[in-house]
Amino acid sequence: MIPARAGRPYANPYYAGIALGLVLLASFALAGRGLGASGAFASAAAGVVRAVSPSTASANFYFSRYLADGVNPWRDWLVFELGGVMVGAWLSARLAGRLRATVERGPYVASPVRLVLATAGGGAMGLGAVLARGCTSGQALTGGAMLSVGSWLFVLGAFAAGYTAAPFLRRVWQ
Amino acid sequence: MNSLILASTIGVAFGWTLERAGLGSARKLVGQFYLNDLTVFKVMFSAIVTAMLGVFWLSRLGIIDLGQVYVPETFILPQLAGGLVFGLGFVVAGLCPGTSCVAAATGRGDGVATVLGLFMGVLATGLCLPRFAALYGSTPRGTFTLPEAFHLPYGTVVLLIVLMALGGFTLAERIEARR
Repeated sequence: MIPARAGRPYANPYYAGIALGLVLLASFALAGRGLGASGAFASAAAGVVRAVSPSTASANFYFSRYLADGVNPWRDWLVFELGGVMVGAWLSARLAGRLRATVERGPYVASPVRLVLATAGGGAMGLGAVLARGCTSGQALTGGAMLSVGSWLFVLGAFAAGYTAAPFLRRVWQ
Repeated sequence: MNSLILASTIGVAFGWTLERAGLGSARKLVGQFYLNDLTVFKVMFSAIVTAMLGVFWLSRLGIIDLGQVYVPETFILPQLAGGLVFGLGFVVAGLCPGTSCVAAATGRGDGVATVLGLFMGVLATGLCLPRFAALYGSTPRGTFTLPEAFHLPYGTVVLLIVLMALGGFTLAERIEARR
């Protein structure tokens, strides 16, 4: 059952950020690596390509990395981590009364248009994350905290493009 | 502890904090780009600063070995270009990979659509990547950190980022108060 109420207000962003930083720090200390998200998509894609065409998967230098030495891409660290993300998010929203079946969109955009835009935006982020070797989790948060130059360049690029494109998409959101 | 149990546990905590901060909401996330809700900046930079200070002090106190923590490798051009394409997709979708999973798990159809788009984007890019292998592998710098790039001590860079973040938070509060 998904309750149709708005739920409790969100947490203070600084406290939430500090908590997120402590989760990241715990990952560094306990697992020797940071957080990630797009890497789980890469593992899953490698798994699908191998299931459909093993020869394509092994000939592709990008996917074969996720399949080396009989590695099972579905048992990848990030796949389990991202599964945990979904469980944690669901639990948090459930306990705060924030679970609700909806399509979040701007007031002037119909749901189907919003879903097409979300899919297209996701596709672009997939391309960007492959090139950048990570996303807001693996590059911005993890590489950012480890002071990696490439990660900070990724953040600069993402914010620059975001602010440049936003005025053209004002009708979508406002 | 089994590494996959650890991965799942860390993931649960990660998803929990993202949801608590409201980062499963696309409209809240894009507020960053229209300057009416700077939650993304505040959460992201307080997290980066917290983890960065934690890593710095834990390694100073000899509790963790910096050399044992994985640092993503730097490829200047593809990471800058990837960031640009990613940022564009971020404003169009209103969600990023991690937060799209939070949105999907909390009942949002736009989150599910973003997750599908991401999967297709990664799949298609991966399949085409051999043709763009030169761009993908260009300008490699290996493990390359800001202290090395600017020839500054690690602690100095940490301090500068903390000061930048504090300045950014002050500015963010002013921008939001104006609305």
